[in-house]
Amino acid sequence: MSAPIDRRQVLAGGGLLVAFSFAGRGFAQLAGGGEGGAAPKVLRPDLPGSLKSHPELDSWIRIAPDGAITVFSGKAELGQGIRTALLQVVAEELDVPPFTISFITADTARTPDEGLTAGSHSMQDGGTALANAGASVRLLLTREAARRWKLPAETLTTDGDGNVAAPDGRRLGFGVLAASLSLHGEAIADAPLRDPAVYRTLGRNLPRVDIPAKLTGGAAYVQDLRLPGMLHARVVRGPSYGTRLANPDLAAAGRMPGVVRLIHDGSFVAIVARSEWQAIQAMRVAQAGDYARTRPVLPVSEGPLRLQALPSREIVVLNTRGPKRRSAKTVKARYTRPWYSHASIGPSCAVARFEKGEMTIWSHSQGVFDMQRATAELVGLPVENVRVIHTPSAGCYGQNGADDVTAEAALIAKAMPGHPIRLQWMREQEFGWEPCGCAMVTEVEAAIGPDNRITRWTYDVWSNSHNNRPVRAGGYAVAQEIASGFPPQEAKPIPMPEGDGDRNANPLYDFPDMDVRYHFVPEMPLRVSALRSLGAHLNIFSLESMLDELALAGGIDPLAFRLAHMRDERARQVMETAAQDFGWAKRPKGDGRRGCGMAFARYKNIGAYCAIAMEVEVERETGAIIIHRVHAAVDAGQPASPDGIRNQIEGGIIQSLSWAIHEEVTFDETKRTSFDWGSYPILRFDQVPGAIDVTILHRPGLPFLGAGETAQGPTSAALGNAIADATGARLRDMPMTPAKIKAAIGLVG
Amino acid sequence: MTILSVNGKSRQVTASPDTPLLYVLRDDLGLNGAKYGCGLGQCGACTVQLDRMAVFSCVTPLAAVGTRAVRTVEGLGSAEAMSPLQRAFAEEQAAQCGYCIAGMLMRAQALLDANPSPSDAQIRQHMQPNLCRCGTHIRILRAIRRAAGPLA
Repeated sequence: MSAPIDRRQVLAGGGLLVAFSFAGRGFAQLAGGGEGGAAPKVLRPDLPGSLKSHPELDSWIRIAPDGAITVFSGKAELGQGIRTALLQVVAEELDVPPFTISFITADTARTPDEGLTAGSHSMQDGGTALANAGASVRLLLTREAARRWKLPAETLTTDGDGNVAAPDGRRLGFGVLAASLSLHGEAIADAPLRDPAVYRTLGRNLPRVDIPAKLTGGAAYVQDLRLPGMLHARVVRGPSYGTRLANPDLAAAGRMPGVVRLIHDGSFVAIVARSEWQAIQAMRVAQAGDYARTRPVLPVSEGPLRLQALPSREIVVLNTRGPKRRSAKTVKARYTRPWYSHASIGPSCAVARFEKGEMTIWSHSQGVFDMQRATAELVGLPVENVRVIHTPSAGCYGQNGADDVTAEAALIAKAMPGHPIRLQWMREQEFGWEPCGCAMVTEVEAAIGPDNRITRWTYDVWSNSHNNRPVRAGGYAVAQEIASGFPPQEAKPIPMPEGDGDRNANPLYDFPDMDVRYHFVPEMPLRVSALRSLGAHLNIFSLESMLDELALAGGIDPLAFRLAHMRDERARQVMETAAQDFGWAKRPKGDGRRGCGMAFARYKNIGAYCAIAMEVEVERETGAIIIHRVHAAVDAGQPASPDGIRNQIEGGIIQSLSWAIHEEVTFDETKRTSFDWGSYPILRFDQVPGAIDVTILHRPGLPFLGAGETAQGPTSAALGNAIADATGARLRDMPMTPAKIKAAIGLVG
Repeated sequence: MTILSVNGKSRQVTASPDTPLLYVLRDDLGLNGAKYGCGLGQCGACTVQLDRMAVFSCVTPLAAVGTRAVRTVEGLGSAEAMSPLQRAFAEEQAAQCGYCIAGMLMRAQALLDANPSPSDAQIRQHMQPNLCRCGTHIRILRAIRRAAGPLA
C-alpha cells in the first residue's frame, strides 16, 4: 500500500527529486492490451515499452544524494506478483539490491500513466520500460564516474551494491554521482542491458515483497484502510444490474442506530453509518421491498445463443482463401461458453475523501488513470482535483465491481466533505452488479485431406465487447442511476492484434485456406466487460477442441497432428516439452474412464506460449471428473521470477478448470440468480488436480512475454480433449458439468 | 460492554451483542486478518479460531463467543516473527492476491492443533470449506504439509 504523501514534500526533496512532466494524450498506443482508454501519446517511438510515452528518466527513477533510490511504475499489484517482478527488473538493470529501492506504483499524482494494468502487458510495457530506464541511468552514472576519474567508461563496472567501480578498486556511490547529474533527460534507446550470464536478481525466485503482510494481518488491502473520522457506507440496490428498488424504505433505514446520512440521488441510494455493521443493517431494512426491471428481460431460454440472434457487425479477422484442395473429411461444430462471474473472494471496496475541493480516492481499479478522468466527470470536479491511489484488494481477474464501487464512494464523499467514506459492496451485490465475463459462441467448419493435413478452416465467433471499462463517467453503472446522469459508454471491440471477442481466433497454426470472422454484437443481454484472457478462452477452446476432433477423424495422434501444422519453433518446443514431461508417448489410452488431453496456445499470438497436458478420470455413473495430473510448459521469454510465473500458471490452470467444469452465471427473466457461493460454485480443494507441474523454458535475455493469462484457454481445451479421450463423448458447451458429461456418455452408449 | 479474549489479551468492546465477530475484530479492535468475503459462512475468508476450533467469524454473533479464546492470524505471529505455519506459507510462496490466506492459515492451524501429523487426504478434507479464487490450492496444501512435517 502506498502511503499518502504531500506533493510538496516530493518536490522539495532535493537531489534528483525534481518535478516530472506528464506527457499529454493524443496519438495513442495500445497500453494494457487495448483495454480502457487511449494511453498517453507516443513521444519517442524508438524507445521500448511505456518509455514511448514517458521518455524522461526521472518519471521512473530518482536517486537522492544519500543514494536512496525511488522507482515509479504506473502498473498496479493485482495479486499476481507484478510488484516484485518489476522490482527485480529495475534492480537488475540499475544493478542494486532490490530491497534498497522504494517502489511507488499506480498513483495518479506520482507515477507515469501506463494505461491499464491488464492484458498481460505489465512485463511487456512496464517491465521493458523499467529495464531500459535502469540501464540508461546506470550508463549515465558510469559516464559520470568516468569523467571524474578520467578513465574510459567501458573500463568501469557496477558492483551490485549501488556503486560504480574502477579497475583499481576505487568506488563511487550512485548518490554522489547522481548529485551532479540531471535525470530529467530522456532515456537512451541503445543503453546496454546487463548480460543475462551475470544477472544477480532477474531470473531468480525472489520472494514476493507483498506476501509477508498478507500472511500476518498487515494492512495489505484497501479494505484495511482506516482514516481518522472514517464513516462506513453501503449502497441500497435491487438484486442485480438492470433492476431498481420499487420503493426503498428510507424512512425506516434512517431511524436505524448509527445512521449518519442517507444519500438519495435519482435512483441511487446509499446509507452512511458510524460502523460497518450498522450500515449493513440499515441497508437491509431499506432493501427489503420489491424491485422492478429497468432493462430488457434476460435470455433465459436461449442462453449464449441469444448473441447469434442479435444485430452484429462483421469484422473479417483473416481471409486467406486460396485454391481449393481435396478434402477427405469435414467436421463442423459449435462451441459455447456461458456468462462467468469474476467471483473475487473479497467484494469490491473503495475509500474516498473530499476535502478542500480535492478528491482523494483509494481504489483497486486496474485503471487509476482512466478513473481519475471518469470520476472527475462524474462528480463534477476538474481532473487535477482528483487523485487516485491504487490500493490492492482481492484478485479481480478483470473488471469486477472495483470501478463501480469507487465511483459510488466518490459520489458519497462529494456529498459529505471532510468525512472519509469507506464503501464495500456486499457479496450478493458483487455477484449481481459487476460486469460479467462475456458469453460467446463459435462455429467452426474444417476439413482434412487424404494426407491428414488441414485443407480448409472456416471460423465464426459471436461476442459482445470485452472492454467496457469506464473511460468516461457513463461507464459506471451509477451514472445511469443519478438524477443528472450520463448515457452509457458505447461498446467497442478491441482491434487486432490484441482483439477481444476475436482474441486468438486467428490460428497460429499453418492452415492453407482460412476464413475467420468476428460477429461483434453491441447489445449486451447481461452487463459484461473484461474477464481474464477475454475471448481467447473460448477461441482457444474451440480451435484446440476442433484440432482433436479432426485428429480423431484422421486417426492421428493429437500431438503429431498439431506439430504437423506448426512452424513456430518456440511453439513446437513448448508442445514437445509438455508432452515429454507428461509422458505423452506412453500415456494410458482412453478406456472409457481414463483419458488424456492436450492443448496449446500462444496468448494473442504475441504473448507467452503455453502447452498443457492432463490425465483425467470420469466416473461414468455420475459424470464426476477427477483430474489426476496436469503438466504445463511455458515460454514467457526471460522470466523475472520463474516461481512467480509458475504460481500464475498453476493458478490459471485451477481457475480455468473451475470455469470449464463448474461456473455459469444463472438468471431468470428479471434478475441474476447466482448471488452467493452456493448458487455460483467454484472449484474447491477436493477437486484440485492431484498434481500440477509447470516447466518454464529457459530464455535468457529474450523479451518479456506476459504470462498472467496464457494458461486460461489451453487448460479448458485440454480438459475437453481429455474427457473426449476418456469417454468418447465430446463436450462443446461449457461448463462441462457432471450432469452434461453423464448425459453425453449416455448418448455415446 | 462485552469482554473478549483475543490473541491472549482481554479486550472490552461496546458493539451490540448481535454484531458478527468479524466486524468486532476488524472495526472495534482494528485487526486486519479476518476478511469479509460473503457474510454467509460459505467462503472461509473470515475464519478465526475459537478455543482452537476454526469458525466463520462472519456468522458468529459477538454474544455467542462467550468466554472462548479468539485467535486471529495476528495471534500466530508477525511479519518479523512468523509462526511455523506462516513461515511454511512464505517458503512455499502460497499466496497470490492473498485475500483468502489469513482464513486458510487459521483453518489449517485448527487442524494442526488437533492433529499434528495429518495425512494429505485429511488436509484436503479439512480445508474444503475455504475458497481460493486465484488457484493457489496446491501451494497451500504443500505449505500445510511442510508445517506439519513429513508423514510418520
